[in-house]
Amino acid sequence: MKKWKTTLIALLGLAGGLAMMLPVAAQQAGTQFMGILGYRVGPYGANGAAFFTGMIDYLSLVNERDGGINGVKLSWEECETEYNNAKGVECYERLKARTTTGPTAIHPMSTGITYGLIDKAPVDKIPLITLGYGRTDATDGRVFPWVFPILSNYWDAATGIVKFIGDKEGGADKLKGKKIVLLYHDSAYGKEPHPVLEAEAAKLGFELKLIPVPHPGNEQQSQWLQIRQYRPDWVILWGWGVMNATALSTAQKVGYPREKMVGNWWAGSEIDTEAAGPASEGYYAASLNLAGKDFQVVKDVEKFVYAKGKGGDPKLIGTVLWNRGLAAAMFTVEAVRAAQGKYGKKPVNGEQVRWGIENLNIEQKRLDQLGFGTMVPQLKITCADHGGSGLVRFQQWEGGKWKAVSDWMSGDRALIRKMVEESAAKYATEKGITPGCMKG
Amino acid sequence: MSFFFEVLIGGLLAGVMYSLVALGFVLIYKASGVFNFAQGAMVFFAALTFVGLQEKFALPFWAAFGFALAAMVVLGILIERIVLRPLVNQPQITLFMATIGLAFFIEGLAQLIWGTNVRRLDIGIKDEPIAAVLERFDIVVSSFDLIAALVAGVLVTVLAVFFQVTRVGRALRAVADDHQAALAVGIPLKQIWAIVWSVAGFVALVAGLMWGARNGVQFALTFVALKALPVLILGGFESVLGAIVGGLIIGALEKVAEVYLGPYIGGGIEGWFAYVMALLFLLVRPEGLFGEKRIDRV
Amino acid sequence: MFYREAGQFKTTYAADQALLPIRQDRYAMLFILAIAFVGVPLFAGDYWLTAILIPFLVFSLAALGLNILTGYAGQLSLGSAAFMAVGAVAAYNFQLRIPGMPILLSFVLGGITAALVGMVFGLPSLRIKGFYLAVATLAAQFFIPWLVTKVGWFSNYSASGVISAQPIEILGFPFDTPTRKYLLVLGIVALLALLAKNMVRSAIGRAWMAVRDMDVAAEVIGIRILHTKLIAFAVSSFYCGVAGALYAFAYLGNVEPDGFNLDLSFRILFMVIIGGVGSILGSFLGAAFITLTPIFLEVALTELNAAFNLNLDPGVTSMAQLIVFGGLIIFFLIIEPHGLARLWQIAKEKLRLWPFPY
Repeated sequence: MKKWKTTLIALLGLAGGLAMMLPVAAQQAGTQFMGILGYRVGPYGANGAAFFTGMIDYLSLVNERDGGINGVKLSWEECETEYNNAKGVECYERLKARTTTGPTAIHPMSTGITYGLIDKAPVDKIPLITLGYGRTDATDGRVFPWVFPILSNYWDAATGIVKFIGDKEGGADKLKGKKIVLLYHDSAYGKEPHPVLEAEAAKLGFELKLIPVPHPGNEQQSQWLQIRQYRPDWVILWGWGVMNATALSTAQKVGYPREKMVGNWWAGSEIDTEAAGPASEGYYAASLNLAGKDFQVVKDVEKFVYAKGKGGDPKLIGTVLWNRGLAAAMFTVEAVRAAQGKYGKKPVNGEQVRWGIENLNIEQKRLDQLGFGTMVPQLKITCADHGGSGLVRFQQWEGGKWKAVSDWMSGDRALIRKMVEESAAKYATEKGITPGCMKG
Repeated sequence: MSFFFEVLIGGLLAGVMYSLVALGFVLIYKASGVFNFAQGAMVFFAALTFVGLQEKFALPFWAAFGFALAAMVVLGILIERIVLRPLVNQPQITLFMATIGLAFFIEGLAQLIWGTNVRRLDIGIKDEPIAAVLERFDIVVSSFDLIAALVAGVLVTVLAVFFQVTRVGRALRAVADDHQAALAVGIPLKQIWAIVWSVAGFVALVAGLMWGARNGVQFALTFVALKALPVLILGGFESVLGAIVGGLIIGALEKVAEVYLGPYIGGGIEGWFAYVMALLFLLVRPEGLFGEKRIDRV
Repeated sequence: MFYREAGQFKTTYAADQALLPIRQDRYAMLFILAIAFVGVPLFAGDYWLTAILIPFLVFSLAALGLNILTGYAGQLSLGSAAFMAVGAVAAYNFQLRIPGMPILLSFVLGGITAALVGMVFGLPSLRIKGFYLAVATLAAQFFIPWLVTKVGWFSNYSASGVISAQPIEILGFPFDTPTRKYLLVLGIVALLALLAKNMVRSAIGRAWMAVRDMDVAAEVIGIRILHTKLIAFAVSSFYCGVAGALYAFAYLGNVEPDGFNLDLSFRILFMVIIGGVGSILGSFLGAAFITLTPIFLEVALTELNAAFNLNLDPGVTSMAQLIVFGGLIIFFLIIEPHGLARLWQIAKEKLRLWPFPY
């Protein structure tokens, strides 16, 4: 025992000395370095693993198939955030210092970490891409020049779901007098859709009931009994992690039809439905991207990455979140390509990438070229609109896989825009920001 | 009125699910005085091993159950040897902390072996309302819940018999009363601890199967421990019966409060309500319902 | 050889009761302070300051708070993160609602608010002991973040419930760069640590220890138990509250109530246990260990992976980190249940005799 202790003291001294050399790793020069704030452990580890594996698989594809972006190879490093805000900030600071060009663009994949980085991004000149999460009012790029909630934000999801329900009922006017429950994760994330849903309820005349589920949501007996008593026409599920599976299985338990439940896109992956088993059958979810393997890009990943043994996890291929990871990486790569078009074919830095994202215009033709086809909608970002599409598409869980049941559609864009601008203006006055577009 | 009964029955049955987890804590605390925070991780490990075996080797239910149980026994013995034995006679808080370290270790190990994918667990029980009860009384009662209650009942009975009648059980109770005295009369403490941890592993496996069948086998299974803690303090750390009664009380009151009180104060109160209630109860009876009364002497 | 107190005579009681009675310790302390206040700001990069040193100092303060409660007064608490949340939210609201409020005063008031809340949750400690108390403090841990999320007033009706902390400015001087923030945090932490060190040597500190060692006996010799325990809860929560305010204002820049979760409470408890129960120095050592180890492991694993071309899946390295971290904690507790502070003591003993151990 005594000997152990001496060894331990010596070891600690040594570790302390080594720790002084943090952070060490240097990246290969001449590559476009991507910093990835990932998470693969903890309650949301499964979601993170699917998304980040997809992202990295796409980066590998670009290297293996195209030899990089215009000849500039990609390199990347993933830092484990554990979905924890403080660790996210540490990872961000570490990856930021890696190369002279910075980490390209950060996808925090966590609303909490996004909030932690929003004030840092402009100072460090690193763009944040928040694909379907984060701060909704950041869609106004004149107030948030460094934040890009591309594709769609939470309010697009909420109004899109209302529109979808309206369509199912046979028109938005039929919603009058209907009862809709929002079953939400009791956190910042779950509260995000409240204002816009309340506005919609007032406008369309449906009755809205908000029912919170305390974290982590692995037991929802009382919530579902309340729902059973209230007898709503529809239930909107706004959950994350185990809460989704539990909601589906508890719905079955109290006999609420799954065909009357619509989730948002964080409640619409295989992770949620498979865990609940047959209880998920018939459940709808809004999505930013389609699931499935019938896309050229997925086949390319299988051929150029997995066949060479460089892929992540073959079981994840074609799942909703894995495909979303592909799309997220694709948008970043295209932004780099756009930036290269302006600044030259060499590794570009955060400021240049920011310009690239803000001037991103991916039309259907380009999506077809990239092999994405209809997996994601077209996207055009401008300074005033950092969202781009605002489109959602609905999928239904049927026989063990997701099936698209609607076309790309959008909710009440005018209402959202008005609310986004109001909220962004409030933020601008609080922080003393003069709204405006950035040059160059 | 039927809605009230529905909530009450639902709460009682949910409480049974909490009790299943709480039982594991009680067993270990009773025999070794360790507040084992790794119990949640053990539930996760057990369920994940079970589905992992089923998936990988296409084993039938009982074979997978047997192998998973064997894995839990091995885990229990290893914990006793590697973690507990060197920490004998340390303060309780040190042991408690060691079990939190153990929780990290087990969580990491489980996912390293079986991966992070969320898996479905099918134990062949339908989680749907029983039609007869629904029609007659308009009350939703799931057959799954009833079976869970049955399992918990059987488990408690078996454990009670085990503790009361068998030789090992009596030795366990002796150890729980006084380690030193038990050693002095020749009870092999180390073996007893290994047995207790294995039995706790078995309870974890059962709890993991029940919870996993409902929510899928995923990391969040470790959170079921948090549902069990108020049950523990209400029922008393040392009492098997307390775990069951505490679970029923907590489950029922929690649900009734969420449904009838929640809407007035913003809802989502389940997260803390059970704790506050247990706290208030402790003010009246500091050792819980069935805990052993402590007498402080100078 | 170098660490020997022979020849240092104490001629007065005051000298005997000095904070650091041994000359070498005094010099070492001065040296450390000089490095912390001058050397670090001069040489450390942004990464070190913002990602490691500031959180280390903030966590040290929180661990110090918990150590007062758990280590000195013997009351186990699992609610430290909740009291940090109270401090952060209160400081934000004082700053927001009272025009011209000096930020330091907001921090202090945040701490005091946390102290009051802490006393409320400390009340049951008179009846409840041990793990029952620990689990009961979880009531605070779950109730407080819920309350902060539910009552919109606390977050100034921010839609998401996330508060963004105001910029720090003292007498017109902005603390906006990492270096300045670091110096501010360091100053506050050093001051409070000094205060704590003196407090535990005073009458109240001795009363705490008496209660910890055996409360019935303490009562018999005339220590007012409720009074003593409540002060411990108040002081401890005050430290946690100030730490929470610093965490929000100087480190993350925002307050998300969900960020102050049970995990954080456990981390702080770990710092206390690994660092050394009932030791001021231990709080710092523990905070350093718990903050640095995961980062060190991650970097080491990434490096190993790159150096030997192991081609490990990122998922595998994440799991490996978790396993090693858990294993290390167990290992430490087995080797030295009294924590790093005790190891330091042993090291000092050895140094005293070195190089002639006999």
